[in-house]
Amino acid sequence: MNSSRKRHVRLVVSLTLAVALASGLVYTSFSAADPALTPTQLLARAQPGVTYQLTGTVVAGSVRHRADGVLDFSLSDRAGGGRSVPVSYTGAVPDPFRVGRELIVTVNKSGNSFVAQPNSMITKCPSKYVAAPNPKST
Amino acid sequence: MAVVGRAALVLALLTTLFGIGASLYGARRGRREWVEVGRRSVYALVAILTVGIAILEVAFISNDFAYNTVANNSSLTTPLVYRAAAMWGSQEGSLLLWVWLLSIWSSLAVFLTRNRLKEVVPYAVAVLLGFGTFFTSLLVFFATPFGQTSPAPQNGVGLDPLLRNPAMIIHPPMLYSGYTFFAIPFAFAVGALITRRVDAEWIQVARRFALASWLFLGVGVLLGARWAYYEIGWGGYWGWDPVENAALMPWLISTAFLHSIMIQEKRGMLKIWNASLVLGASTLAIFGTFLVRSGVLQSIHAFGASTLGVPFVLLIATMVAGSIYLVVSRRDVLRSEHQLDSLFSREAAFMLNNIVLVGLCFVIFWGTVFPLISQAFTGTTASVGPPWFDRYTVPLALVLVLLSGIGPVIPWRRATLANARRNFALPVAASVAMLIAAYTVVPISSSVPTVILFCAVAFVFASVGQEFWRGWRVRRAMSGDSPPLALISMVRRNQRRYGGYIVHLGIATLFLGVAASATFQHTHYVNLDRGQSDTVGGFTFTNEGPTAAIVDDPSGTGALLTLGAVVRVSRDGRRVTTLRPTAEYFADASGAEGPVGSLIGGDAVSELALDSTWRRDISAAINAVPLQASLQGEINYANKLVTPKLLAQQPTLPYILLAIVARNYLRHPPPAPLKLASSPLVMWLWLGALIVLFGGLIAIWPPPGAVRRRVRARYLARVAQDLGRA
Repeated sequence: MNSSRKRHVRLVVSLTLAVALASGLVYTSFSAADPALTPTQLLARAQPGVTYQLTGTVVAGSVRHRADGVLDFSLSDRAGGGRSVPVSYTGAVPDPFRVGRELIVTVNKSGNSFVAQPNSMITKCPSKYVAAPNPKST
Repeated sequence: MAVVGRAALVLALLTTLFGIGASLYGARRGRREWVEVGRRSVYALVAILTVGIAILEVAFISNDFAYNTVANNSSLTTPLVYRAAAMWGSQEGSLLLWVWLLSIWSSLAVFLTRNRLKEVVPYAVAVLLGFGTFFTSLLVFFATPFGQTSPAPQNGVGLDPLLRNPAMIIHPPMLYSGYTFFAIPFAFAVGALITRRVDAEWIQVARRFALASWLFLGVGVLLGARWAYYEIGWGGYWGWDPVENAALMPWLISTAFLHSIMIQEKRGMLKIWNASLVLGASTLAIFGTFLVRSGVLQSIHAFGASTLGVPFVLLIATMVAGSIYLVVSRRDVLRSEHQLDSLFSREAAFMLNNIVLVGLCFVIFWGTVFPLISQAFTGTTASVGPPWFDRYTVPLALVLVLLSGIGPVIPWRRATLANARRNFALPVAASVAMLIAAYTVVPISSSVPTVILFCAVAFVFASVGQEFWRGWRVRRAMSGDSPPLALISMVRRNQRRYGGYIVHLGIATLFLGVAASATFQHTHYVNLDRGQSDTVGGFTFTNEGPTAAIVDDPSGTGALLTLGAVVRVSRDGRRVTTLRPTAEYFADASGAEGPVGSLIGGDAVSELALDSTWRRDISAAINAVPLQASLQGEINYANKLVTPKLLAQQPTLPYILLAIVARNYLRHPPPAPLKLASSPLVMWLWLGALIVLFGGLIAIWPPPGAVRRRVRARYLARVAQDLGRA
């Protein structure tokens, strides 16, 4: 086999391999991903047994710390309005957790309410990268 | 002063445009003086932006709340150092810091290349100033840091307490330095491609700048990881957050470039690949900036929607299209001079390393932008979690660590069986010894990836150690120096090589820490009454009682109330350490939580208490939010006691009542909501990072010969000049 032909074969083999691996990756990402929903979307389509990433704002008056360490709260859409989703949460509560703050939590449907996976609440870095005309909001 | 600040930004924008024009005109017409004007525009940009940043810093330090950005990010109660750092807590302030650092590093690059790459530099200057134009126009048109409100508010909202951490002072400038430094290899690559001068001199310059950006970004990322490790609920030192991923991607591609550029240097191969890597790394750095600032992804860094998305998309599109055009149109000068001789050669090892690094970057890229992709294809946003990332990154990382041991000892061109035996005998023996140890002495056999990683690390240590030993022995024999001196002179004679080896040792050490701590960490979240205990990973944590401090805050962050617990840690009945985690509470300026409640109704911060040794980290954190909730009944009662009439008579009444609440907490503490953790070998991660930094500095430090050569060249030039005059 001459060298240019050899190079050609090598290129085709490695490209095929790369494409095969990439498609595997792409395929698993679709099956492994959890839908990320807003509270309104979640209420419309939540199925028991499916894990969802819920992003919403903590509703005023909904926060209750139970004696057994469970934290109950409700989340509503960022834009405001719509219905709110009741969530029961256990585990570490990130410091920025407050009424009106936005957070992400991984939940499963359980009856009419939602149970969060322990320690799944995220409110990470509070950098205030917001739109220029409205520098007040977080 | 705000007018001066605005004027400085407009002037900066005009300077960049003028400099671009001057550089391009000078390069096209061969007018050296215009090229010089372009270069000096970069220096001028530093001066102008320094004026802008100084005005804003003075406003922050002197609490000038007329500035919107000061009022939104600082306050009278924010301590001085954090007032100074609050400037980059906002979108506009951080953009200003960004472009200022860009101008500083650009002028450093322009200064270092003042007598080199004569044809390339004007175009590189134009590209660097082009980035300057982009970021200054964002500041002028989209997010001005000099917006004012009249009359000025009495006080500001304060720097978010979570950002009141020493890391806030150093992490953002370091990370931004890394990101902005990536503009330099990009600019020089574009310049070299435009002028078709992808030659040895260019390689040398591009490699140095790529190494510097790699080092800065790496340090910035690790400082961020260290900060996140100390904060409760930030996902530990690494959480596969989009913003973390955004910084890792250009770093990986730049690592690939630093290796494959050596193949181009030694063998004249992979020129298209290298040009693509260097252009791609910088584009990914801008892409990272875009992710943080556009609000396009549900990142935990960037919640708010922002208007900066569109300009960034345009910039990225320009960079991608321009890069592709340049590489395709210049492929004649990018033709390979040689071919791969054997799959068992250093070239092949480097190529495999490149494939793995690019593959790793692709995995992370896909996982990071997946919400957008799934939105486009299925109509629903969906995201992949850390398990998905781990599934692909762990095997790839294992291969990388192993390659970092193979690379230094495999010969160029073709490995023979004889030198394979000579170079690989010891490393293979070390891995086998580690494997045996893993199933006998070291308790890691329950996790196969960890065992493989430990063996790979043993391989790296043995192979790099062997290289050091052999070089040292030769050096001692040849120079007759004393052993320590011989080691130093050996490293100084080939700083790139030995610096690189040290980086490999550091990476192996770092992965040792990551693998052990990620696999064998134990975390419990429990409510412990005084005297109660919990056992986590073999350590018994006992709540010995509460602590409280009012006004006098121990960590200097400006907190009004600090509550905590004393946690004794013991193992097999013997005391190991005592941890004092605290929760700090800050006032709420709005007053919505009543006269007493508002004193602690603002943000809260849990301060981790950590005991770290080379074997393990033990930590305890008291969870601020639930702890505060357990005091809420008393706070409500205290709120009712403060009537307007009493408050008028005794303005300090809320503080007195808060002190009583704190005293009651000491007497009858509620159960402490504790996060208790033990994880092995975390310190090795930070130690590895320091070794990487040390090795990187050795590799980048100008070699002694270069300084001497430069001085001599200058002297000769002077002599020639004098002779010419005579």
